[in-house]
Amino acid sequence: MATDIRTEKPVMPRIARLDPLRFALAVALGALLVASIGEVTPSPERLAGALPRMGSLLDRMLPPETDPAFLGRMAMRLLETVQIALAGTFFGILVSFPLAWCGAMGLSPLGPFRWAARMVVSLFRTVPDLVWALFFVSAVGLGAVAGTLTIIVDTAGFCGRFFAEAMEDSDRQSREALDAGGARKIDILFAAVVPDCMPSFINTSLFSLELAVRSSVVLGIVGAGGIGQELKSAFELFQYPKASAIILAIFVIVLGMEQLTDWLRRRIA
Amino acid sequence: MPILNGVSLDIRQGERVALIGANGAGKSTLLRCLAGLVPLSAGDVEILGETFSGSPSARQRKALRRQLGFVFQFHGLVRRTSALSNVVNGYIGQGHGMRAWHQMLAPHTVREEARAALEAVGLGEKWDARADTLSGGQSQRVAIARAIVHKPSLIIADEPAASLDPAAGSDIMTLFHRLAGARGCTLLFTSHDMNHALSYADRVIALKAGTVMLDAASSDLTPADLEPVFHGD
Ligand SMILES: Nc1ncnc2c1ncn2[C@@H]1O[C@H](COP(=O)(O)OP(=O)(O)OP(=O)(O)O)[C@@H](O)[C@H]1O
Ligand SMILES: [Mg+2]
Repeated sequence: MATDIRTEKPVMPRIARLDPLRFALAVALGALLVASIGEVTPSPERLAGALPRMGSLLDRMLPPETDPAFLGRMAMRLLETVQIALAGTFFGILVSFPLAWCGAMGLSPLGPFRWAARMVVSLFRTVPDLVWALFFVSAVGLGAVAGTLTIIVDTAGFCGRFFAEAMEDSDRQSREALDAGGARKIDILFAAVVPDCMPSFINTSLFSLELAVRSSVVLGIVGAGGIGQELKSAFELFQYPKASAIILAIFVIVLGMEQLTDWLRRRIA
Repeated sequence: MPILNGVSLDIRQGERVALIGANGAGKSTLLRCLAGLVPLSAGDVEILGETFSGSPSARQRKALRRQLGFVFQFHGLVRRTSALSNVVNGYIGQGHGMRAWHQMLAPHTVREEARAALEAVGLGEKWDARADTLSGGQSQRVAIARAIVHKPSLIIADEPAASLDPAAGSDIMTLFHRLAGARGCTLLFTSHDMNHALSYADRVIALKAGTVMLDAASSDLTPADLEPVFHGD
């Protein structure tokens, strides 16, 4: 280590030296970004052509449809959407909890086989929700049940990961103290880890409910129930006022759910 | 680099032993080794009839920790549950299953014993307070109550009086002394208070840089004998 001859104390550099590997990585990343922008980003000319068409589409969408029969049907579909989100999140959390425990380092009852639980959670999380929806529509048929199964898997992937991280980060001293008292793994989980992680579990769950509402809105596009079905057919049949009414309703529902979860979070904190 | 080196000691049942040494000498580590909480890189431990090297087997862990009460230097309370729940957790190795997870689930007798242990450490009226709202000394006393509630035959206490005021400190040491004397329970504690070491233990063991530098009956020792433990050579 470098030494300052005046004091013979090691010099403490404020910035770690720039190593060539990191520099090369940064350059490569920059080149990749530039190349990507060229391929898929609209050129100014294309954007100029598209803007008026977007304007006229918006014009045809307004005012939103107000036919009571349509609004009634839409309300039923919205209710179904929220039901899918709520039921899916609930069962998803139930599934994710044991998965998180089995995957958590230092806590898992599976010992070295905890990677198996990790793999399941990763699979649930990394496959996008629409792909799961396609899978479940094929497996159980069109409708809300496929949607709920999708949300369950989605939530298990999301909560499974964040629950496990919270568990691993939970207070080690209390875990060691119970261990010294002869606790089994499951005792440590429920007596020390769960109380310690409760705020984090609740936060993660509320956040995953928000995600589930957003997800369940689009699931209908592939036939897995909810409002998405109506939206898709409105666009396909050029019923633009209906589409705008549905989009407005989705906006209200998602925003309402965010307000609700924010309020719950404040109550709990 | 091993933290402890060539430490060899024999503690009889019912003996009261004080372990002293400077910061970083390895006291906490030695106590953890005895309880099988950190693996041994060499050597072995025989404790409460179980002998192990490396780490104790699952069966040994269960048998050993059933009879052990361990007070940790940093208390190790579950922060978001009540003092009473923490003391109920002291029963966690006694075969009560999920009923030792929380005071709400605990059998009546366990709750009463936990209340009595809290009263023994002078914290009876605080049973309902959440652990993370307690003062340092109160939290220490909850940790002590948790370690003695199941009537262990060996109490290992890492600086049990460190965050206590002088009066509470001697009260707690007297309590330990009495428990050990009355039930033939063995007591091994660490302390930075030489008066505690000399007056509440039958024997004093001093660690320095991971080795035993002194092991003598406390009646043969004066505070001056303990001076070199904390000073360079
Ligand atoms: N988890 C750990 N990982 C690595 N080294 C550790 C760990 N715990 C303790 N040590 C090291 O072991 C040595 C002894 O620590 P130990 O906690 O046993 O000391 P101590 O005698 O209890 O000191 P104190 O009086 O400060 O409590 C120290 O040098 C410490 O850095
Ligand atoms: Mg220590």
